[in-house]
Amino acid sequence: MQGAGPAICLGSDIDTDVIIAGRYLRTKDRSVWAEHAFEDLDPALAPRLSGSIIVAGRNMGCGSSREQAVVALREAGVVGVVAESFARIFFRNAVNVGLPVIEAAVPCTEGARVAFDLDAGWVEVDGERYPARPLSEKMVAILRAGGLVPYWRSWR
Amino acid sequence: MSTLSERILGAPAGAYVDREVDIAFAHDGTGVLAREALREMGVERLPHPERLRLIFDHIVPANTGTTATLQAELRGYARSSGIGFSDAGGGICHQVMSEGVVRPGMIVVGADSHTCTLGAFGAFATGMGATDMAAVWASGATWFRVPETIAVNLAGRLSGPAEPKDLALAYVARLGMEGATYRALEFVGDGAAGLSMDGRLTLSNMAVETGAKTGMFYADPATVRYLADYGLAAASQTPEDCRYERTVEIDLGDIVPLVAVPHRVDTVREAEEVAGTHLDQVFVGTCTNGRYEDLARFARIVRGKKVAVRTVVVPASRTVLARAIATGVLADIVDAGCMVAPPGCGPCLGAHAGVLGEGEVCLSTANRNFRNRMGVGGEIYLSSVATAAASAIAGEITVPEVA
Repeated sequence: MQGAGPAICLGSDIDTDVIIAGRYLRTKDRSVWAEHAFEDLDPALAPRLSGSIIVAGRNMGCGSSREQAVVALREAGVVGVVAESFARIFFRNAVNVGLPVIEAAVPCTEGARVAFDLDAGWVEVDGERYPARPLSEKMVAILRAGGLVPYWRSWR
Repeated sequence: MSTLSERILGAPAGAYVDREVDIAFAHDGTGVLAREALREMGVERLPHPERLRLIFDHIVPANTGTTATLQAELRGYARSSGIGFSDAGGGICHQVMSEGVVRPGMIVVGADSHTCTLGAFGAFATGMGATDMAAVWASGATWFRVPETIAVNLAGRLSGPAEPKDLALAYVARLGMEGATYRALEFVGDGAAGLSMDGRLTLSNMAVETGAKTGMFYADPATVRYLADYGLAAASQTPEDCRYERTVEIDLGDIVPLVAVPHRVDTVREAEEVAGTHLDQVFVGTCTNGRYEDLARFARIVRGKKVAVRTVVVPASRTVLARAIATGVLADIVDAGCMVAPPGCGPCLGAHAGVLGEGEVCLSTANRNFRNRMGVGGEIYLSSVATAAASAIAGEITVPEVA
């Protein structure tokens, strides 16, 4: 599984309240979450998410288990999320909705060209290659299927 | 020799295992998404509805037409599917599950990050997302990576105005917001044995604020007595001489009233250092500190006085509310000028019932003070119930004299 796009740099300890605020949770309309992603951090961020790769520091996606956070990023067109470390529920949620998550420590400059290959286990930033931590077999299978729902359908 | 997680999951740390779960619950927020995912999976019949619960707690009673409609759909599904249902007013999912449902040794999953609360019973209890929950509904099982364990060794007893919440803030500060990511915490030592079940639930509740998967206590005579009051038989669990990744030592005698300052849970100061901070609101409740012991502690301090700042008190469950009414605790709280809201999560997540305005400052007994969580531009300080009570009377952050 591969992807590439310009970097959007975020810091460490980005919580899911910041990704999508509690006041937007009560709907089934996924476009609402994409539209308001990161609104309290930087209202100008949401329109730039499409086609991008988010590069975060440590503890990406900490806090609430709200799956709307990963759905918001996927719906907004984020290609993948690279972080030095992830909060575990966010990580598992991302895989379950088919959003590639790559655990790797990489430098980030806004707009840098980021590429990843999950099968080969690397991330490149402006041509410089860094190792990525491998996913479990099951997580790879779920991601490859496009998320837990299609994975489930293919197995039943 | 095994950690409690290894014993319950039946495999060594680092192993990936598929396990049947004993209890799985979701709330009005995550339940809606789980129902959607289940529909997309094409699953009609649930193999084990008796293991499942839907508990309405996040926005109760509904605040808008949209919320009400989403809740009505999910309520209808709970009834037609046979999933156990607790409607608005019953209480916070973790509290409802702690009132005679979860027992030692169980595997418990909840579609809410604070499911780790139930580790207080010696259960392996952890939070998950809505799609994972849908798969549990569909199969009765899920996969786990057996976590490594960090021991939090508690020695001695709390004294003076310090209470279990101060201890919780102390260990979160020691470990940091990602200090235990993907690990389990085990609270051990004579200081753990000396805590009440309500206090243990407060400690386990905040495990996720260190990134931990769960925060566990070994079931002991206090656990067995607590469950016996709900008519449940349970046995104590004996710790083995196991290998912890590391051990954090905390002397309970050193604990003083603490406050987590905006906007990080692990940025903790002695209450003394921030005393005098002006407050616009005090909030007492949540899955951290909305239990009977908390309300009784709050009432003891405000009894016969008047709060100087708007104060919202939210009992964690109907059981807690009923007991607070029966013992007169609620009357003391109302007489002191506090508002009492229906059992549930209340304003903790900024959705309703006590949202903060731009620049407003709240002292809360909850577990998260993330930027804007209770309202855009609001600032959240986290404290114990005693600190919240003394501060409500004074209208500014105040160090309590007694717990």
